[in-house]
Amino acid sequence: MQNRRVLMATLALSAAITFGAPAMAQQGKVTVVTSFSKDVTDPIKKAFEKANPGLTLEVQNRNTNAGVKFIEETRSNPQSDLFWASAPDAFEVLKNKKLLQTYQPKAKGIPEKVGAYPINDRDGAYFGFAASGYGIMWNERYLRANRIPEPKEWSDLTKAAYHNHVSIASPARSGTTHLTIETILQGEGWDKGWGTIKAMAGNFNQIAERSFGVPDAVNSGQVGIGIVIDFFAFSAQGAGFPVKFAYPSVTTVVPANVAIIAGAPNRAGAEAFIEFILSPAGQEVLLEPTIRRLPVNPEVYAKAPAGFPNPFKDANFKAMMTFDVDRSEGRTAVVDTLFDQLISFHLNDLKAITKMLHEAEANLAKKDSAPARTALAEARKLIAAMPITEEQASKDPQIVGAFRGGADAKTRRAEFEQRWAAFAKENYAKAKTLAEQAVAQSR
Amino acid sequence: MQAARSLPAPRMALATPGQWLTILGIAAFLGLFLVIPVAMVILVAFQDPNTGALTLVNFADFARNELFLRSFANSLYVSGMSVVWATLLALPLAYFTTRFEFRGAAIIQTLGVIPLIMPPFAGAIAMQLLFGQNGSINLLLDEWFAFKLPFMDGLNGVIFVQSVHYFPFILINLTASLRNIDRSMEEAAQNLGASGFRLFRRIVFPLAMPGYIAGASLVFIKVFDDLATPLLLNVKDMLAPQAYLRITSVGLNDPMGYVISVVLIVFSILSLFIATQATRGRDYATVQRGGGGLSKRPLRPLDAVMAYGVILLILALVLAPHIGLFLLSIATIWSFSPLPDGYTLAHYSRVLAESGQFIWNTLLYATLAGLIGIGIGTAISYIVLRTRIPGREWLDYVASAALAVPGVVLGIGYLRTYFGIPLPGGQPLTSFWIIIVIALAVRRLPYALRACMAAMQQISVSLEEAAENLGATKSSTIRRIVMPLMTGGLLAGFVTSFATAAVELSATMMLVQNTADAPLAYGLYVFMQSPAGRGAGAALGIIAVLIVGISTYLSQSLAERDRRAKAGG
Repeated sequence: MQNRRVLMATLALSAAITFGAPAMAQQGKVTVVTSFSKDVTDPIKKAFEKANPGLTLEVQNRNTNAGVKFIEETRSNPQSDLFWASAPDAFEVLKNKKLLQTYQPKAKGIPEKVGAYPINDRDGAYFGFAASGYGIMWNERYLRANRIPEPKEWSDLTKAAYHNHVSIASPARSGTTHLTIETILQGEGWDKGWGTIKAMAGNFNQIAERSFGVPDAVNSGQVGIGIVIDFFAFSAQGAGFPVKFAYPSVTTVVPANVAIIAGAPNRAGAEAFIEFILSPAGQEVLLEPTIRRLPVNPEVYAKAPAGFPNPFKDANFKAMMTFDVDRSEGRTAVVDTLFDQLISFHLNDLKAITKMLHEAEANLAKKDSAPARTALAEARKLIAAMPITEEQASKDPQIVGAFRGGADAKTRRAEFEQRWAAFAKENYAKAKTLAEQAVAQSR
Repeated sequence: MQAARSLPAPRMALATPGQWLTILGIAAFLGLFLVIPVAMVILVAFQDPNTGALTLVNFADFARNELFLRSFANSLYVSGMSVVWATLLALPLAYFTTRFEFRGAAIIQTLGVIPLIMPPFAGAIAMQLLFGQNGSINLLLDEWFAFKLPFMDGLNGVIFVQSVHYFPFILINLTASLRNIDRSMEEAAQNLGASGFRLFRRIVFPLAMPGYIAGASLVFIKVFDDLATPLLLNVKDMLAPQAYLRITSVGLNDPMGYVISVVLIVFSILSLFIATQATRGRDYATVQRGGGGLSKRPLRPLDAVMAYGVILLILALVLAPHIGLFLLSIATIWSFSPLPDGYTLAHYSRVLAESGQFIWNTLLYATLAGLIGIGIGTAISYIVLRTRIPGREWLDYVASAALAVPGVVLGIGYLRTYFGIPLPGGQPLTSFWIIIVIALAVRRLPYALRACMAAMQQISVSLEEAAENLGATKSSTIRRIVMPLMTGGLLAGFVTSFATAAVELSATMMLVQNTADAPLAYGLYVFMQSPAGRGAGAALGIIAVLIVGISTYLSQSLAERDRRAKAGG
């Protein structure tokens, strides 16, 4: 082993001398686990390798959840150096399991916050390199063909015109959608927020199983409207698809992050990558048409194409809400399970009821009827009702215990799932009867 | 059977040392690469989620959950209906090409296999583009007649896609069986006055039963355990998608996902058991070989037109996804329109420049996986069908259970079991590409095994006994008599496992640790995750289909030549 190392060092040294490489140049392979697509990683890899001769970037593409699991399963002998993904939650999970290496980036010119969100983790475990906001994207041809107005706000999507035209990814499978749901919950409050989400859900065409399923369906025109993270829409525009995007007023920008994995085999190389991606040269690559992410260095926006959103200047970003990442992280599993048990697994019922409600509403607009109006309001209330309060979601020891696990927990997750599913079933059945009444009485 | 009883005493021993060794080897392989890794993961199903104590409470939770019970019923319904539709697609193709003198039989057989090699993601995207609620067909229907057909909606959508995707299992196995039927049986029936449909129903189809059952049980289990198709059609209330959703969203330590996996595995073994019972106690073997297969006869002109019409219709339907994928691979932008806006070859040049390594890896891995599959498959069929070792069926059941193990579970099991074992040089064993090959081989072993079983069931023991009476040893009998007679079946097994291994993704996804070792399906997945990569991903998909298609065609013509050689010699 010793001999081989000496030999390698000699070889490296002679190579350095022969090719006149800078004495401080890094050597070897930097392995990064990422959820980003080839369109994003390829240009960055190219620019990084050009800026750091001798280093090669090995990209392993996995979705965020699989990436987290992979790093967990390989902790005994880590083979990868960096984790690089969007959802800050995933980084929180890794950080809490002590799977990330802290570091202090040297790059200059990056402010503390983007919108209302701190760019870097306060403990130095992960670093924001690009900002992303959540919003609504749509296919222009689809909207024109179906004569649907362009949506601007979340509440627009609850209207009758959008019935069966909206798509979303399940928050349990998509880190970015989870943040969107949390954004609505934090921005509008727990009860009102869930009301908006369920009213939108009544207009869903489908709930996709992966984040990219939504922009994919919108790009190809299978679905008209998608609830997505901004770069899905920007990069689709860059690729030439007839799509558009809007930030609703209740939204937030959060950074996409990069972190060094604890025990990284090539730590120096990993640091070089972080320095590169935070440098002006690295930040500029983000403006390429296939990537289109918002850089975290405000000066780079001088080179952005016209109409490119600037979270450091544009007025609508200033008004954006503060996103509380601790609150989100503490109830992630509860919120996702509520979404699945109350919405995903009852989507057909929810859609059928919502369709009747839209019909009753239209009838009422022509000819008012007090009993129909009461039935309609009752039905809406039943749909919006939640089995637990915000307080319970993050504080109730039974619920927290069931979702966290641990030897002291007295309840199982499956028990709560059954309870919530039963709650949804009962409420939706009652709401259906009321909706039928409302339709009949308003005729 | 008379002959078997009169054999000398030593033959009555349970098995020869060689057979024992083989059993030990297979058991060790299955133990190391299937049972232990899976057990490491599904152990969670039997643990209390909080304390870790052994318990069955999770199964009680399953039985109390309305959603899981509904999913269970839906899965049974979809699997059963898919078998029915797959049979309707496969039967005409298999019958016409083996029964009649048919031009282009090898091409039709090959095209019939192609649906199996639709790479993940790509297939569903192409199907959506053609048959989706705003796909080409519905956009045209809407424009001309102002209505739409919900091809891809709900459970019926799943049945539609699954029968198109998996009917080749029935086609391949049924064709192999039909080719092995003794012509004299048919002739005897004809001499007794049977003909036409009656001849088919009473003589030909019953004799081909092992192949049909093998294919149908594969379709049933595959559909029962498949999660990709329902998920891509956004159908969640089926069992396999529920297991997947639990494992990937709730986390590795959530017991319900594994409870569902256990239910899937148990149920798959149960349906195999029922399939074996269905063919047990009957003799499908035929003695005469050379010149085997149905006598081929020319079609009358009118019948020929109808036969070709039916076949073309079926092929158009089952190849629609590939046509869609091809269009996508040469499309500039294809969005909410019956056909793409424009055409380009740029995607191909991008893919060919970037993906040579993927293609080579795929060929290497899939070939090795296919070979391991038929090697172990032949050994297991021989032990199950030709020895009387107690419990031998369990080799079959355990190997077939691999069908029901979700790829994610197998991948995680490998990481969990073997990650701690370093290779010389400090790298973990799981980062060695051979582990991907083993995962593929284990996942595709059931296909090869079913084909080998069916092939061996049709060989009469008396041929082997004759060889042994003439002084041949067990091993040379297998080598000189059994293997050559099984060629058709072995080939069917190899083709199925090769073709499906070439597009496997779920286990590979967990195990790829180095892009240089990644197979094509992984590259395709990576491309398909971005708007600009959609065309390139489709181009890679078409390349995958071509590679596997050409390999299949070559093996088909090889089989045909082999058959002719045997018939002539």
